[in-house]
Amino acid sequence: MQDIANADCIVIEGSNMAEAHPVAFQWVMEAKKRGARVIHVDPRFTRTSANADRHVPIRTGTDVVLLGGLIRHVLENDLWFEEYVRLFTNASTILSEEYADAEDGEGLFSGYDPETGTYDNATWAYAGEHEQVRRGLPERDESLQHPRSVFQVLKRHYARYTPEMVEATCGISPEDFAYLAESITSASGRERTTCFVYALGWTQHQGGAQMIRTAGVLQLLLGNVGRPGSGIMAMRGHATIQGSTDIPTLYHILPGYLPMPKAGQDDFREYVDAIGHKEQKGFWANAETYTVNLLKAWWGDAATAENDWAYDYLPKLTGAHGTYQTTMRMLEDGVDGFFLLGQNPAVGSANGRLQREAMSHLKWLVVRDFHMIESATFWKDGPEIETGEMRTEDIGTEVFFLPAANHTEKAGSFTQTQRMVQWRDKAVDPPGDARSELDFLYELGRRVREKLAGSTDPRDRPLLDLTWDYPTDEHGEVEAEAVLAEINGRHLTGEKAGQPLSAFAEMTADGSTDGGCWIYAGVFADGVNQARRRTPGAEQDEIAADWGWAWPANRRILYNRASADAEGRPWSERKKLVWWDEEQGHWVGDDVPDFPATKRPDDPGEPGKGGAAALAGTDAFIMQADGRGWLFAPTGLVDGPLPTHYEAPESTVPNPLYLQQSNPTRVGFKAGEDNLNSPGALGLGGRVYPYVFTTYRITEHHTAGGMSRFLPYLSELQPELYMEVSPELAAEVGLEPYGWATVISARSAIETKVLVTERMTPLRIGDRTIHQVGLPYHWARGDQAIVTGDGVNDLIGMNLDANTQIQNSKNNACAIRPGRRPRGPALLELVEEYRRRAGIVDAEHHVLERPETPRDAQLDPTDESVAHHARGPEEAPAVPVAQPSQREMRNR
Amino acid sequence: MARPVLLNWPVLRQLRGADRTGRGVAVMSPVTRATTPRTATADGMTESVCPYCAVGCSQRVYHRDGKVVHIEGNPDSPVSRGRLCPKGAASEQLVNSPLRQTTVRYRAPYASDWQDLDLDTAVDMIADRFLEARRNHWQDEDEHGHPLRRTMGIASLGGATIDNEENYLAKKFFTAAGAIQMENQARI
Repeated sequence: MQDIANADCIVIEGSNMAEAHPVAFQWVMEAKKRGARVIHVDPRFTRTSANADRHVPIRTGTDVVLLGGLIRHVLENDLWFEEYVRLFTNASTILSEEYADAEDGEGLFSGYDPETGTYDNATWAYAGEHEQVRRGLPERDESLQHPRSVFQVLKRHYARYTPEMVEATCGISPEDFAYLAESITSASGRERTTCFVYALGWTQHQGGAQMIRTAGVLQLLLGNVGRPGSGIMAMRGHATIQGSTDIPTLYHILPGYLPMPKAGQDDFREYVDAIGHKEQKGFWANAETYTVNLLKAWWGDAATAENDWAYDYLPKLTGAHGTYQTTMRMLEDGVDGFFLLGQNPAVGSANGRLQREAMSHLKWLVVRDFHMIESATFWKDGPEIETGEMRTEDIGTEVFFLPAANHTEKAGSFTQTQRMVQWRDKAVDPPGDARSELDFLYELGRRVREKLAGSTDPRDRPLLDLTWDYPTDEHGEVEAEAVLAEINGRHLTGEKAGQPLSAFAEMTADGSTDGGCWIYAGVFADGVNQARRRTPGAEQDEIAADWGWAWPANRRILYNRASADAEGRPWSERKKLVWWDEEQGHWVGDDVPDFPATKRPDDPGEPGKGGAAALAGTDAFIMQADGRGWLFAPTGLVDGPLPTHYEAPESTVPNPLYLQQSNPTRVGFKAGEDNLNSPGALGLGGRVYPYVFTTYRITEHHTAGGMSRFLPYLSELQPELYMEVSPELAAEVGLEPYGWATVISARSAIETKVLVTERMTPLRIGDRTIHQVGLPYHWARGDQAIVTGDGVNDLIGMNLDANTQIQNSKNNACAIRPGRRPRGPALLELVEEYRRRAGIVDAEHHVLERPETPRDAQLDPTDESVAHHARGPEEAPAVPVAQPSQREMRNR
Repeated sequence: MARPVLLNWPVLRQLRGADRTGRGVAVMSPVTRATTPRTATADGMTESVCPYCAVGCSQRVYHRDGKVVHIEGNPDSPVSRGRLCPKGAASEQLVNSPLRQTTVRYRAPYASDWQDLDLDTAVDMIADRFLEARRNHWQDEDEHGHPLRRTMGIASLGGATIDNEENYLAKKFFTAAGAIQMENQARI
């Protein structure tokens, strides 16, 4: 975090850092004091903008156009960091002849299957002889002139992302664009670095992952990865949201980013080779070792070489089983029981109404929290009780509320947003029945295993063979440090038997070590809880390596080999971080070098050996199978190897770049009338739901409010929901400052106080004005919290990014009218009236199918909301449209 | 309240004493002078981490008689340097909030209100239901005969506000039980 202070330019885009992460923002201010330029790109002028050198308003959801425009600017004007790009990126790599770019496919890459709405990425591959490509040695053209080289493909892909396109799409003036372009390019190179900061303003879009990747491409071109004051900093929002991704309570991964196995991956070898095979370059070549250590940690003596380490004990996936797929399954009575461990989906998840309805289908629900959150009480005081859609006496869900211990009442670790693990000591015992999650989960597991004792059913073997014997303290509570030690791993045999591993390099694939999360190996090195180290910052250098512990290997800046040139010398004295010490024959520096410690910069690598040995001395990106930073991503993303602009599902603006209106791989759900979208530019939606709303956080509240709306101080500071509206829009709609407004989407309607402010800027897009409004989403309706208000997430549909299965919260369409919303069933009638007017349901409540692209749309010639003329079919190549690409994942 | 004494006027104290700028003892009332910080009367202090966002600000948690009495920023931290935002600064109320639930509450199917339930009984009931839901929606294999070894009858949500060690036990136990539908705040 402190490293932000080393940046010469900071672009904060998709984040209101001063508001949502104010303590981290001190490092931005520190950088500014040292002379850095700070630019804030955001639909709203916020506290972050107030502290920036310039605020650039943007139409939400158009970041790929802006960043793509910057990529084009850098390439066209030869402003890229040539040595860095040649050494460390895949710019020179030649692509397969079968690859066809979205530029040649009206927004679709080669490999698209319209039946399933998915891509086969086989044609996005590197060119070269199969075995060579497998070993990370594809065909390359060091001159970067080959027409199929990544460099030339990149140039072509962004050729139309001009400043004019940026202006017409994002609403950003050529002057603002030039300022931004000049700022980042002049603060990049040998002597200087630029840093990007983002948060959910990028993540929560359909196409959010690609927004972040566009910044990645730009930063690689400018040489801003792995160096002081560089990179792309994610400002995440929960105390251990990083830890719960590393050691995941997520359906798709196992600890340490090992994927959950999929149906058909019956063979252990096939599974580990799909993650990383032994012949490939870099550290994923050891995937087998990481997996064996996890399986040994979980199943101990029952995991042997003979039974492939009990690999068959792992359940298999058949598609996405994310939180929204689970919501749909609940609605179909396919889920009996649900545990809520500190999350409040009735308020925090998209389409709150559907979330609450889904929970009413459960047989039982366990809520573990500090307060009576709305997800625990929806059956009693939820909004649907008022509208008459649900009746308490009809809801069969059995609810257990179990009070939870808080952060002062248990010892344990959080991993903060820059991968640093920090230990908390326990101060006091939890009150009454409150218990830690550790205690609850251990006890639940103990009882379940006890009830299954003696079972001969093979399905129970994984539970019965599970290692579940943790030491307990005098109160019978599991010692959290013992669990951390298991996560770290230990030697099982030999003279070190029983000792903790000191690094993941000590892990073996023969069953002589175990470790629950390979990237955390070392957090318990020497039997010491390294996360509990607290040498004061004042007694350390800026890296502060003796405070907490960062994975992997206590390294604070990833890929820091890239901070030195081909010979291993720092790019400049000003930006030095790690370097090659010829005398010692070792990489040294201020941070732990992110490279094999004794591999010389001129080492050609031994491709025959695979793994770390195969890396050349300049293969700084040690996790990649070719050792390079990926400008072009041949794998890893499901919606294209290069970021490409699509409009959001409800956008009222036709895609100015491609016939493909919105992301062709997007994930949606058909739930009758309950998860509808406005057709936006593809129908009358643009006129009926003409305004864009975007959601956000404020500093006095936390997410869905379970930890803030129940606290007197915070409730007093921010008592009620409000909507930020520009004076122009207020005049257009007839809104009074501090009066009430009703906001209506295709899902629901809410009421909010009105804050008329010049912080909201109407944007000129084509020949019309786009109005955006801002809604903080912390409030909810219910009887229990100190302050209540309508839940903004009720307005949002379940439209997911296919890479991440994360919903689009930042770019949705609404209607606004003055005054409060109707009460009771009249609320539903209001929502339905707008749906009928938009042509998404008919008079009999039937949902009407809508077109997928402008070609199919019956564009209403009188619809003034359509800014651009959609290009006609005659211009279109074979773009598949027969099947709706808005699909459900199979096998929910 | 002490009777005002002429010679004890703040302005005279200010002119007379060492506190000539009037920003210290000279302008203190007897009540203020008698006030001791909670940090001084605490039994002890433990070092912790703020439970809200992911910046990871360090906290000093002061406690007395088994109760948390004060929480403040820890200046030792190289990340936060002693600062806390309004949420972190209010986190003592997270511990001692009058709205905090400290007993198990149980709502029977179709019931109109909560009732009390013994913690031990509750955990045992949950264990029974866990096994039943697991059985009800168990899938041995898919339509091609590939093993699935899983249940779709159980789901969990949450993890980003609890500890790494707790996430680890949750993932380990649910995976062994075949319950694949685990999610947390990283997905929203």
